[in-house]
Amino acid sequence: MHGAMDQSDLLALPRIEHAHVAFDDGLTLDCGTALRHLTIAYRTYGSLNPERSNAILVCHALTGDQYVAERHPLTGKPGWWEMVVGPGRPIDTDRFFVICSNVLGGCMGSSGPQTPRDDTQQTPPPRWGTDFPPVTVRDMVRAQKRLIDHLGVRRLFAVVGGSLGGMQVLEWAANYPECVFAAVPIATAAHHSAQNIAFNEVGRQAIFADPDWLGGRYWEHGRVPARGLAVARMVAHITYLSEQALTRKFGRRLRGTPVPAPFDDIFEVESYLRHQGSSFVQRFDPASYLTITRATDWFDLAAEYGGDLAAAFRGTRTRFCVISFSSDWLYPTAESRGIARALNRAAANASFVEIASDKGHDAFLLDEPDFHRTLTGFLAGCAEHAGLPR
Amino acid sequence: MNVAVDPVRYVAKNMRLDLRLIAEMIEPGTRVLDIGCGDGALLDHLFRTRGCDARGIEIDMAEVTRAVAHGLPVMHGDADSDLAEYPDAAFDYVVLSRTLQAVGRPREVLRQMLRIGQHAIVSFPNFGHWKVRAQLLWSGRMPMTAVWNRPWHETPNIHPCTIRDVFALCMEEGYVVERWLAVDEAGQRAPWRRFAGLANVFGEQGLFQLCRA
Repeated sequence: MHGAMDQSDLLALPRIEHAHVAFDDGLTLDCGTALRHLTIAYRTYGSLNPERSNAILVCHALTGDQYVAERHPLTGKPGWWEMVVGPGRPIDTDRFFVICSNVLGGCMGSSGPQTPRDDTQQTPPPRWGTDFPPVTVRDMVRAQKRLIDHLGVRRLFAVVGGSLGGMQVLEWAANYPECVFAAVPIATAAHHSAQNIAFNEVGRQAIFADPDWLGGRYWEHGRVPARGLAVARMVAHITYLSEQALTRKFGRRLRGTPVPAPFDDIFEVESYLRHQGSSFVQRFDPASYLTITRATDWFDLAAEYGGDLAAAFRGTRTRFCVISFSSDWLYPTAESRGIARALNRAAANASFVEIASDKGHDAFLLDEPDFHRTLTGFLAGCAEHAGLPR
Repeated sequence: MNVAVDPVRYVAKNMRLDLRLIAEMIEPGTRVLDIGCGDGALLDHLFRTRGCDARGIEIDMAEVTRAVAHGLPVMHGDADSDLAEYPDAAFDYVVLSRTLQAVGRPREVLRQMLRIGQHAIVSFPNFGHWKVRAQLLWSGRMPMTAVWNRPWHETPNIHPCTIRDVFALCMEEGYVVERWLAVDEAGQRAPWRRFAGLANVFGEQGLFQLCRA
């Protein structure tokens, strides 16, 4: 690869100490493998009230992490959802106790390819790398449940998340209905479509095609298939934006001289994507990317309930608010409507809103006043029903 | 038919007057689905004053957003395609106010309402009102009144009907008309309740509560 992507000598991510809790009794995964030790890295904001009734779990997306509403220790950038989580924000940390944990299989401190393996006598134990067992979205949620129990929260006031975070919200509502008063799955789907899987596969193949992949043993040699991971990020990033958003941001604008050179980035959109790719590899581990994309591809909530999505929610007392964005073609509104209809079949208390936006899938991370108003109002309504003290 | 509706006790802010009459027909603490709930005024009223578990469906996304942002459980959807998803007897009351004439298949919508709910409450503008009749008779053009206020090519009201039409449909389908009343445009009950024929001429809206036989 040329241009901005030429620094291929990246080593492993810098080691940072993330706030975490360790469970020495481990966790048995859906694949049958038992992790002997489970580590969950997490952050909290606001304070838990004496009744322990004001906790909101925020679930992050594929490449997000637990640093929702504070400067990221690695990138130095603001938290990924500061527009939504914080004092006076829709998820108001003056009122709610907000918890966010790094997903199982992630690379910001929770058990995953970056953490030491627990099935070896070697000292010090090497990292899991690509030997980390496959995980499911349900495994991620089980791990979060351990954290919630550890924090002494018996019932979450709400579970909120977009994209892969939304899938976790759905798993929470299906697996622990009594622990979830309100659920807000945003810009998500109850299963990965063939198109979703296809895009993920392109990303994975880009990683495999990187000479630094070294047959999957890259971490043993202190290498990182950074160029492959960057291409994976570039492809994925296109799916996060709408055509309109790309046109508005870049159109056909050129960088500098209008000479068609085959290897340089000529169009602004190219250098934007290259930047997205190269900055991503500074903060994300390829094996985590593979682990988590596999988990999302595998996700099919209806299949866990005999093929009927409504069965996942039968008898639920959770209040749902399903939110989609009109220009999201990664998890289009039709997917959210499918979730809403399944909730209807289960006679669940559900709201369903499609927010008009031309920003594509990423709209849930951006400044969308209608979305923020909707979330604020839904949570306020639920707080009233839950009898949450003001 | 005896109409046993209590006098109007509540005047909710921003609530259409005919919605007050509907609210009066609903028992406290019941499960209610309001189809075409708009910004959710009736839902809010039913929750706050009657302790109902009231939910809504609305086709206009701006209204849905407003309702949900107001903390009300409202789902984007429409009467013609979304009612089939609900399980049998999921609600005590299913309300369809001023919308029956605008749905694609009114007969099917009524069937669904009475499948998913114990009672159906339906209000609709009466196309048999004398002003409508007079306009059509004298001008020979599609009527334009306070209720029927859009030209024929713009109106969403594709299935205009009269109070007598709805009685006939209920007869055909075997529904019991538990209560009915004619309502004037201001949402006050009109005094024609004993005489369907007169109500059909002088009532601007019909309001029916139905159940299965």
